[in-house]
Amino acid sequence: MANIKDKIKNIYKKKNSGVMSYTIVIGLYLVMEILMKTGNLTNLIKSLLVPCVCYIIVAVALNLCVGLSGELSLGHAGFMSIGAFTSVVVSGTLEEVITNDILRLVIAVIAAALVASIIGYLVSIPVLKLEGDYLAIVTLAFGQIIKSIIGNIYLGIDEKGFQFSFIEDTTKISENGKMLISGPTGATGISRISTFTAAVVLCIIALIIVYHLINSKDGRAIMAARDNRIASLSVGINVTRTKTLAFVMSVMLAGAAGAIYGLNYSSISPAKFDFNQSILILVYVVLGGLGNINGTIIAATLLYILPEMLRSLADYRMLIYALILIVIMLVTNNDKLKNRINELLRRKKKHE
Amino acid sequence: MYFITYLISGIGLGSVYALIALGYTMVYGIAKMLNFAHGDIIMIGAYVAFFALSRFNVPAYLAVLLSVVVCIALGITIEKLAYKPLRKAASLSVLITAIGVSYFLENGAQLLWTSSPKMFSSIIKSGALELFDGQLSISYITLLTIATCILIMIALTYFINNTKTGSAMRACSEDKGAASLMGINVNRTISITFAIGSGLAAVAAVLLASTYPSVYPTMGSMPGIKAFTAAVFGGVGSIPGALLGGLLLGVIETLAKGYISTQLSDAIVFAVLIIVLLLKPTGILGKKKSEKV
Amino acid sequence: MSEEILRVEGLGIDFGGLTAVNNLNMTIEKGKIAGLIGPNGAGKTTVFNMLTKVYQPTRGTIYLNGEDITKKTTIEVCKAGIARTFQNIRLFDKLSVIDNVVIGMHNSLEYTTLDGIFKTRKYKKAEKEAYEKAMDLLKIFSLEDDADTPAGSLPYGKQRRLEILRALATNPSLLLLDEPAAGMNPSETKDLMETISKIRDRFDISILLIEHDMKLVMGICEKITVLNYGMVLASGTPEDIQNNPDVIKAYLGGE
Repeated sequence: MANIKDKIKNIYKKKNSGVMSYTIVIGLYLVMEILMKTGNLTNLIKSLLVPCVCYIIVAVALNLCVGLSGELSLGHAGFMSIGAFTSVVVSGTLEEVITNDILRLVIAVIAAALVASIIGYLVSIPVLKLEGDYLAIVTLAFGQIIKSIIGNIYLGIDEKGFQFSFIEDTTKISENGKMLISGPTGATGISRISTFTAAVVLCIIALIIVYHLINSKDGRAIMAARDNRIASLSVGINVTRTKTLAFVMSVMLAGAAGAIYGLNYSSISPAKFDFNQSILILVYVVLGGLGNINGTIIAATLLYILPEMLRSLADYRMLIYALILIVIMLVTNNDKLKNRINELLRRKKKHE
Repeated sequence: MYFITYLISGIGLGSVYALIALGYTMVYGIAKMLNFAHGDIIMIGAYVAFFALSRFNVPAYLAVLLSVVVCIALGITIEKLAYKPLRKAASLSVLITAIGVSYFLENGAQLLWTSSPKMFSSIIKSGALELFDGQLSISYITLLTIATCILIMIALTYFINNTKTGSAMRACSEDKGAASLMGINVNRTISITFAIGSGLAAVAAVLLASTYPSVYPTMGSMPGIKAFTAAVFGGVGSIPGALLGGLLLGVIETLAKGYISTQLSDAIVFAVLIIVLLLKPTGILGKKKSEKV
Repeated sequence: MSEEILRVEGLGIDFGGLTAVNNLNMTIEKGKIAGLIGPNGAGKTTVFNMLTKVYQPTRGTIYLNGEDITKKTTIEVCKAGIARTFQNIRLFDKLSVIDNVVIGMHNSLEYTTLDGIFKTRKYKKAEKEAYEKAMDLLKIFSLEDDADTPAGSLPYGKQRRLEILRALATNPSLLLLDEPAAGMNPSETKDLMETISKIRDRFDISILLIEHDMKLVMGICEKITVLNYGMVLASGTPEDIQNNPDVIKAYLGGE
């Protein structure tokens, strides 16, 4: 009996509890904080910290959807957008009621996560009936629809309360009031209450949720449904529920990250969260490795910062970025090269 | 009468979508990949035609021909360099590579020709056919677009169904392994498919630039996404599906712009797509594949 | 007369215009091992797919323990107590061997999603018990040393055995095995026969198996049903079947 207990302990040990991911994120946080306190960070890098962490969170969330659940989504930027605009509205409305920035930020993030997950749930009902590329195109379509709809919302608030109009701006906000969302211009005059610390805290929470999910029966069911649908049904797994759970969790985290992202700028426009944005996040996930959370964190960090570091190359930077993407894909999928590397590693091991 | 005007211009726009969608669908059918860079080939085609027409003053038909040749060469080169090495890789890796190619083309174009739009002069004389005492007017370019689309569809259908290369393409889309056992050169067939798709993109580019007369580095991305949607709409992998999807998409978009709202037209197009896919999960003319247990 | 675990009446299915299985009547008694044999394409796997509702039968009724389960879904059939393996192995390749077994216990793990996210005591207790039970199950086929290897990298024979364990983990009253001995050599097949009997005794379940290996079928099945062209050709004890002229004709052909 003791033998079995040891073996189980070993299996538990080998389970991925995410220690590595937490270490990377907290490590990055500490390094950045120290650099900031000692005045060693340029303003450019400082301005990149919050969005970078937000992209890490969305990428981790998307990996839950694409890597663990196996459902390709091309519309996650849409949910980030929902989160961002929800938080801007909530924070803007509560500005005078709740003067504590931290409390207001927490409320805005929770509201954003809630709204994103409700819309995500509604979207998932039709979306998850489809498979593969069809699912991808429908998520793409939803992303576009979300962008179009938000780009046509006019919402303002004054002493008479909320005023709302769609497509054309018919709101008449008095001088004491303000516009929260003004159509294609988006939101302006946002009070920037996001902080690097808040973003990192949300990132840690997101990682805890994802890792705990992976190591529970729901996480196993999500991966089982990905690997083999029919076998999952045959052992009694409700595949639709499982996939819905993964999708809703994923867009909930994307919405929360969008909230931090939105409240980090004084203005945001709905056009920012377009299809290319969704693709960008997908690139982080694929390059980091499907289902590999550590890889996602590293890929998101490096690839977010890369174009900025290439700034000295001015106009050539996006060209080089594109080439790097292609080359990475060609190299990582090259069997000859892989075998060569494995061979070298094996030799090295033998040597030791 | 407005309705008929909208309808006809919708069919014109839809014909362009259909030509682009054909490229997506044929490549998807055979190489099983979404060629994200397809929209950017349109952009290159438009630039080639633009320079040929405005800088070198060549006749219109030569400009079109030149554009087709350049796009075919580009399509084949991209396939050889970027996609062929990934034939056995996961489909997501290929997708990311295609995205990389798309970024590359867009940013390359921006470097070479700047991001400011260039005015494209139509390849045929502007003006419109006036009918019913001027109540119904159809621009010549719309007529040309529709006629070109019909001609190309007929030629392509004949090619696929009646030539040796066409049957090789159909065989490859069914089963590449079996096709190569039958002595079909799969790599060559895939190259030909890319060549045809890119050539059609060039034709679409000229028609598109003649209708909406400006050429800029990201001009291909939205028509690309729409055409991709059209391909899915009609059933990915199906050639008549691409035509049907393209036309429907063009008509819905134009009618939505005319009767509901210009700003919301994209949302309406995509909403219709979602409804269609819910009713028919593999597109209007798509084949349903069932898993053997 | 002993109780019946499974009773199938007039079961049939059409694919388009083609009738794959027609008018199938079959009963399995509690605690028995039954066999379903027949030439290739006779419709054996289709019967399994109908019993587990991967395919919805066109006609007929299926009773499990006296309860009509014809209209149930695959998930409900599993909950009702039928578990199966697949002819073309369907494991969760990227997950570890032990996780494949634990997934079989999905519905008997009584904690919620939130318990999992907050790692409550309930979650910890249920998970611990599940892994212990899974380890116990792995011992049946001596797979405990492979517990943490990905299921997809196991050799073929072990994969077949793991699939049986995953099915057992769902706590079934009827186990359907689709060609459990495929690809095994005679001595492995002999071991498998013994283990199948042991499983029946230990878990007190009934088993229906599809098999081409006649030695295995005749050796452990107490009752055999022979299918040909989607219809029952014969049914009875192994001796009856071996001497049935129709069966001999179907297998050997000609007169």
